[in-house]
Amino acid sequence: MMLKIGPYEFQSRLLLGTGKYPNLDIQKEAVEVSGAEILTFAVRRMNIFAPDQPNFLEQLDLTKYKLLPNTAGAKTAEEAVRIARLAKASGLCDMIKVEVIGCDKTLLPDPVETLKATEMLLEEGFIVLPYTSDDVVLAKRLQELGCHAIMPGASPIGSGQGIINPLNLSFIIEQATVPVIVDAGIGSPADAALAMELGADGVLLNTAVAGAADPVKMAKAMKLAIEAGRLGYQAGRIPKKRYATASSPMEGMSIV
Amino acid sequence: MELVINGELIHVPDHIRTIADLLVHFQLNQKIAIVEVNAHIVQKQEYETTALCNGDRVEIVHFVGGG
Repeated sequence: MMLKIGPYEFQSRLLLGTGKYPNLDIQKEAVEVSGAEILTFAVRRMNIFAPDQPNFLEQLDLTKYKLLPNTAGAKTAEEAVRIARLAKASGLCDMIKVEVIGCDKTLLPDPVETLKATEMLLEEGFIVLPYTSDDVVLAKRLQELGCHAIMPGASPIGSGQGIINPLNLSFIIEQATVPVIVDAGIGSPADAALAMELGADGVLLNTAVAGAADPVKMAKAMKLAIEAGRLGYQAGRIPKKRYATASSPMEGMSIV
Repeated sequence: MELVINGELIHVPDHIRTIADLLVHFQLNQKIAIVEVNAHIVQKQEYETTALCNGDRVEIVHFVGGG
C-alpha cells in the first residue's frame, strides 16, 4: 500500500527535512539512503552577493523527489500564505507544510493561525499539510476544512523527546480520514517505529538524522524503523497482559 | 537607480530596467529564485517585461534547508 497525499503517491513513508546537516555531501548521502521521496525546505532571502554559494536543492534530481516547502518563520496566517505563494511561484511544487509558530520557546504551533492559513491555502488550490499540536479536535477541524494530511507533533521541534502523548496521537489517527504524518520531536528509530505502530501513515523528521553522530547511518535506521513499525501495525500486535503465558507447551513435562 | 533588495538599499547601474536585467547583473539568472516586487510576486514569464523603478522594494528568495 502506498502513501497517498492529495494526487500524489509515495512508496516511502519517511519524509525528510533538509536543515542542519554537517555538510552537503553527508546530506546527499543521507537523503539517498533514507529512501525519502518527500523533502522539506524553508523559504529564505537569498544572499545576492554570493551567487556561487552551493544550494542543496539545486543539486537534487527533482524528478526523484517531491518538494514540501514549509512556512517556517510565519507567525500569522497571512505570513504563512505569503511564504506559500512564494514557494509555489518557483514552479517546482504545489504542496505546502503550514507551520505557524505561536511560541518562541517551545516552537509550538498557533492553532488559530494554522487553521486560518490552512483554509486560505486550500482555497488557493494548494496541497496542504498543516503541522499541528497533538490536539484531537484541532486535527478534526483541519480535516473538515479539507486538508490533505494532518501532521501532529510528537514533541517540540528539534527536542528529540519522542512521542510524549501516544494516547492523543492514537486518537487523532483513529478518527483521521486523511493521512496522519507524525512531525517533529522524533529522536530515535524507536520513536519513529512507535509512531508507525500507532498507525501513523508516515513520519517527518529532520534533526534526528541531521544531528546524529552519523547522519547517513541514522537515515538508514529511520527508514528501517518506519518500515518495521508499519509492518508491525499491519500485523497487529498482541494485547498486553498482566501475567505470563508460557510459550512452550505444557504437555510432556514428565521429563523434568 | 536605487532599489531596496532584501531589505538593503542597493545602487544598481542604469542599464538595469527589468527583473531579468537585475538577475543577470547579480548572476542569479541560473538560480532557482523567486522574486517579489513591492509585495507582488513576479512570475518567471514576466521577468523580461517587469520594469523596475527607483525605490522599488525587491525580495529575492530561494529554498534553503529546513524541516
